[in-house]
Amino acid sequence: MSPILLVEQVLNGLQSGVMLFLMAAGLTLIFGVMGLINLAHGSLYMIGAFAAAAVAGATGSFALALVAALAAAAAAGALIELLVIRRLYARDHLDQVLATFALILILSEGTRWLFGSFPLYLNMPDALSGTVTLPGGIVYPVYRLALIAVGIAVALGLWWLNTRTRLGIQIRAGENDRQMIAALGVDISRLYTLVFAIGAALAGLAGALVGAIQSVQVGMGEPVLILAFVVIVIGGIGSIKGALIGALLVGLTDTLGGVLLPELFKLFTDPASAAATGSAFASMAIYVLMASVLIWRPTGLFGARP
Amino acid sequence: MADPILATHGLSKAFGALQASDAISLDLRAGEIHAVIGPNGAGKSTLIAQICGALAPDAGLVEFLGRDVTRESTQARAARGLARTFQTSALAMEDTVLQNALLGALGASGRPWRFFSRATQDAALRDRAEAALEAVGLADLSELRTAELSHGQRRQLEVAVALTLEPKAFVMDEPMAGLGQEGSKRLTGFLDGLRVQAPILLVEHDMDAVFALADRISVLVYGKVIATGSVAEIRRDPLVRDAYLGDDA
Amino acid sequence: MSRERLLNGALLLALILIPAWALYADEPFTITLATRAVIFALAAVGLNIALGLGGLVSLGHAVFFGIGGYAMGILASHAQSYTPLIEWPFVIEGTKSMPVIWLVAIVASSGAALLIGLLSLRTSGVYFIMITLAFGQMMYFFAISWPAYGGEDGLSIYVRNGFPGLNTLDPIQFYGLCLALLCLVLAVNARLMRSPFGLALDAARQVPERVRAVGLDPRRLQLVALVISGAITGLAGALFADLNRFVSPTMLSWQMSGEIMVFVIIGGVARLFGPVAGAGIYVLLEHLLGGVSEYWQIFLGLVLLIVVLFGKGGVVGMIGGRRRDG
Repeated sequence: MSPILLVEQVLNGLQSGVMLFLMAAGLTLIFGVMGLINLAHGSLYMIGAFAAAAVAGATGSFALALVAALAAAAAAGALIELLVIRRLYARDHLDQVLATFALILILSEGTRWLFGSFPLYLNMPDALSGTVTLPGGIVYPVYRLALIAVGIAVALGLWWLNTRTRLGIQIRAGENDRQMIAALGVDISRLYTLVFAIGAALAGLAGALVGAIQSVQVGMGEPVLILAFVVIVIGGIGSIKGALIGALLVGLTDTLGGVLLPELFKLFTDPASAAATGSAFASMAIYVLMASVLIWRPTGLFGARP
Repeated sequence: MADPILATHGLSKAFGALQASDAISLDLRAGEIHAVIGPNGAGKSTLIAQICGALAPDAGLVEFLGRDVTRESTQARAARGLARTFQTSALAMEDTVLQNALLGALGASGRPWRFFSRATQDAALRDRAEAALEAVGLADLSELRTAELSHGQRRQLEVAVALTLEPKAFVMDEPMAGLGQEGSKRLTGFLDGLRVQAPILLVEHDMDAVFALADRISVLVYGKVIATGSVAEIRRDPLVRDAYLGDDA
Repeated sequence: MSRERLLNGALLLALILIPAWALYADEPFTITLATRAVIFALAAVGLNIALGLGGLVSLGHAVFFGIGGYAMGILASHAQSYTPLIEWPFVIEGTKSMPVIWLVAIVASSGAALLIGLLSLRTSGVYFIMITLAFGQMMYFFAISWPAYGGEDGLSIYVRNGFPGLNTLDPIQFYGLCLALLCLVLAVNARLMRSPFGLALDAARQVPERVRAVGLDPRRLQLVALVISGAITGLAGALFADLNRFVSPTMLSWQMSGEIMVFVIIGGVARLFGPVAGAGIYVLLEHLLGGVSEYWQIFLGLVLLIVVLFGKGGVVGMIGGRRRDG
């Protein structure tokens, strides 16, 4: 395989990694602060994508579409937090799983009812739709580079939020000691709604950004949700840094495995069956990665030691 | 002198800057009650956790029946005959009193892989469980759900479950806690007779009980054993009066 | 006799009487629906052992369901094309015999449960949920991208497999077979709940530190529970594939895992007949609401939400009162 192709695949891996990070960061933040496992996070990803596709379809503006995605996902997040999620903080994980599974059913079928079963398409903005030639002669889509840039910006933004702002201090206090933060006079239920809405907005943003390179359809969120879970298991729950490292590892493993494993199998068997067998095993690569981390460090790379 | 049943040698554990156990060496000999006292935060719970295998020490050894068990799991130590009670009752609240005692008997039997017989109709398990309940005075309540027991009765059940193991040594974490005068007097009487079955390492706040029961007392302050001796010796020890009684009073 | 027992008896009686009613009312489709409910119930009885008794929130039980399904699909497809599964180092032929298929389904799914359990029980709580979900997804994608057995399209077989002495093509006989298996497994489950193992497992769910303190390893108890649980759900998977004469990656999907869990929860977790009630209600809702609206799962979601938020104990809990055992 040529080095150019390899670099291209590494970039693709980074791109899918940073988008996973947007999902995993919200999930891990919500778990860290509220102790909640939220299966409906994938639905918020879907809501972001649908909002973006609808607004882009009506106005033709990608910028407005992104704003709509953020607003719709944050609003949906805040709404389900107020109606359902806040009744779950004191419940066990089983109840959280079931109630948020119920939310998936309601939100997915509700979206299907509103928009139908056919996929929508979200076009990327013209300014970003071309390709650019990178050093070394690699031709690469601008839009995917932009996604990587957005991911890095969000990571930096979260770091800034967490370490440099009042909200970040409250969030970290909430992770450590719930009573303490209430005693400090912070309105804890507002903080929770806010954190949930931020996580939702990140998911919605990811949905809209990825929606421009894939189709926008009901059920698009859950595979990403499960990948984000793999990221969290690898990175360690509650850790934003773990989410970032885990997301990049998963993105790279998935992308490179899909290219390299069929190549590897070509050494042993004919090209056609090598491609089939290789891609079948490549689909398992990230889970093998997860299993290895579990054997080595059951609480993830950056998770709290018990 | 006979070998001790249970001993720690230089047991140390730190949590960040806090030295919770600082080179703790103590032993438990056949037939005795050895009480460990100390102010809150002295590291008593950390010590018990290391002895029973819930927490790995940074350094030092735990010896049980002449064998180094430092790296063994909680369940392996229990299977060797080390029985503990918990400070806050760790009982299956949804189950009956008898079922909790049966669990102990089942653990002692070492044969949990029976899928078709009825646990409550297994004569061997049942005899053992009922004998233990009888011994602590809970025989009449055996069909009650554990959640319906009073606090004091739960403390008794804690001891009963430990009894079902017919252990070689007991480690008891504040068995008198919250019992009230009447209750702790009764339990004191019971533990007094229990030491002939197996020695007891007794971590306890109730000083009346400790002074009434203990053959020896070790005083733990800031993770260190500052004194070990008989009741009379400890009462006299100026270091103890200064560090502990002064602190608490 | 407690109310829960009366309810259990009523459920069982209803299951036995359904074929008679279907014949009398001349609605043969009812038997297919009832067979579906019975098989779902069997899958959920399996999950209930891990979830209700063992406290293991497995969101990956579709793995076992799907493995059972593929055990049927693979063995039967080789039998119908007269090609052996493998020729080296020894020849293994396909088969159309249900007992053999069931055995393979049970062995394969319990093997998968053992592997998944060894990895996922290194952790607990929310990690366990995410890991079981992830391994489920792994099997799903593997089935989609593995071309030998139909990939995304799945595998069809022409004729339902056979059982010695029965005509399995007759819906009533096949239903009876499934119901008999369900009853057998329920009887095993009832014994299990009261056995020494069940006692220890139930305690491991409530107070693992106590179980360790009496010398038992809670994880090992939970691992065995997961293996038994996976085996039963795998058996259900083989039956489900036989009912549809079709198996596809859908049986391995996370939605399937969620649905199996929904059966348990709507019916009542850790109740012997909870999964039976839950699967029955699900199939009924699917049939009735599905006829009214294409978007019936919105209502299912609402029902589930209400059961979770307000109705502890599921249907069996609401009708039968507090859980008793011993």
